[in-house]
Amino acid sequence: MKNKSLVSINDFNREEHIRILDLAGNFERRPRQKILEDYVVATLFFEPSTRTRLSFESAATRLGARVIGFSEPGSSSVQKGESLRDTIRTVSNYADIIVMRHPKEGSARFASEVSKVPVINAGDGANQHPTQTLLDLYSIRKTQGTLDNLNIAFIGDLKYGRTVHSLTMALCNYNTTFHLVSPAELKLPSSVKMHIKEKKLGYHQYTDMSEVIPKVDILYMTRIQKERFQDPMEYEKVKNSYILRNAMLDDAKANLRILHPLPRVNEITYDVDDNPKAYYFTQALNGVFVRQALLAAILGVVE
Amino acid sequence: MEKTEQRKELKVSAIENGTVIDHIPSHSVYQVLRILNLTEYNDQLLIGTNLESQKMGKKGIIKVSNKFFKSDEINKIALVAPSATLILIKNFGVSEKKTVEIPSKVEKIVRCFNPNCITNAEEITTSFDVVNKDDLKLRCHYCEKITAKDNMTFK
Ligand SMILES: Nc1ncnc2c1ncn2[C@@H]1O[C@H](COP(=O)(O)OP(=O)(O)OP(=O)(O)O)[C@@H](O)[C@H]1O
Ligand SMILES: [Mg+2]
Ligand SMILES: [Zn+2]
Repeated sequence: MKNKSLVSINDFNREEHIRILDLAGNFERRPRQKILEDYVVATLFFEPSTRTRLSFESAATRLGARVIGFSEPGSSSVQKGESLRDTIRTVSNYADIIVMRHPKEGSARFASEVSKVPVINAGDGANQHPTQTLLDLYSIRKTQGTLDNLNIAFIGDLKYGRTVHSLTMALCNYNTTFHLVSPAELKLPSSVKMHIKEKKLGYHQYTDMSEVIPKVDILYMTRIQKERFQDPMEYEKVKNSYILRNAMLDDAKANLRILHPLPRVNEITYDVDDNPKAYYFTQALNGVFVRQALLAAILGVVE
Repeated sequence: MEKTEQRKELKVSAIENGTVIDHIPSHSVYQVLRILNLTEYNDQLLIGTNLESQKMGKKGIIKVSNKFFKSDEINKIALVAPSATLILIKNFGVSEKKTVEIPSKVEKIVRCFNPNCITNAEEITTSFDVVNKDDLKLRCHYCEKITAKDNMTFK
């Protein structure tokens, strides 16, 4: 993985994913290790994203690295009209690794081709967000003890959620059975289903989430955005059907855990937070360990 | 029989050496010229459009003197003219006939249909993997979205 860019979840194979999760486990046990003391990490956020940026900066800082960069395009040369190409070429003179988020799809792939140093994609438009996928895998393995043969439910907006798409693709390597719960308008795209079919894995589609809760090991919740509906009436009709309330968890399996990429709006009520099955805040914390693992592995300071 | 053939030949005249690209859909002739960088060709170039054809009703034809294409160069036109026949002419005679094949990678000539793709925001050479040749589908190397025949435009 040394010097390899991570743009798309498929840039790393199954063994490399596992390697990152194992390393992340080490950082969870010992989060403060000054192994990047001589390194500079650039975080270039051409689009604001507080959580992802802070999580990367926290990961880099805990490893002793210096962090440079910008948190919104307004405070960078982008505002003066500099091209992405030129920004990346320039910054790759100053940093040992670039973490970037950009609103255009394909921007991170392009950056990785013009950069002298490796690039980690922290989100390129609606396309990819591989570090989210890795922290999701970490959280699933951590809570279930394995990634193999699990029943995983995705709830909500399965059409536009890139998080769901990349995690689905990654899980196709682990004999997962998928339970896909969404309004008819927001079903998982056929391009993603194709991956499930190629691996000959089971998937079931539902519009009602109550019947899947007792069957699954992971309940992966997502937010449904009003703008996604062509007909606002349709949104009004379905919006309450995809809200998870604590009472709905009575028949859940003991090992069930609830994940959510955050931020949550109203799709999980606050009474769920105190249920030991709620895992979404720990999931966010896991993001720091996974990002520590990625920085260390790509910079080649760990074997 | 002999006579009609002769008359047909005259519609676009003969070349001594070079390549004839026959059976091009008429509306794709100019795209083919652009894809093959023939718009500024410095030697004899003969173009016919809306010619009668038994195989395809109306067809276009391009005759390029003193030019023989490499197959990866010529295969690019398969995206707009999958029906094209390539005829190599030597000494006014047909020396070889070939068909074109859709390549597995397409570079430069196609625009990504995704308006939010970085290749439509900055000057970047596009690059696609052909994921379906029968029902033409190209996956953008950058945004990973699929550009299909219906929404394909050329640079
Ligand atoms: N010397 C030449 N210069 C230019 N064009 C030529 C020459 N010889 C043949 N052609 C053209 O090449 C094409 C193919 O020639 P051919 O004699 O094989 O005719 P055809 O019976 O129409 O073949 P097909 O069935 O493939 O259409 C015709 O369009 C013909 O006009
Ligand atoms: Mg003919
Ligand atoms: Zn694209």
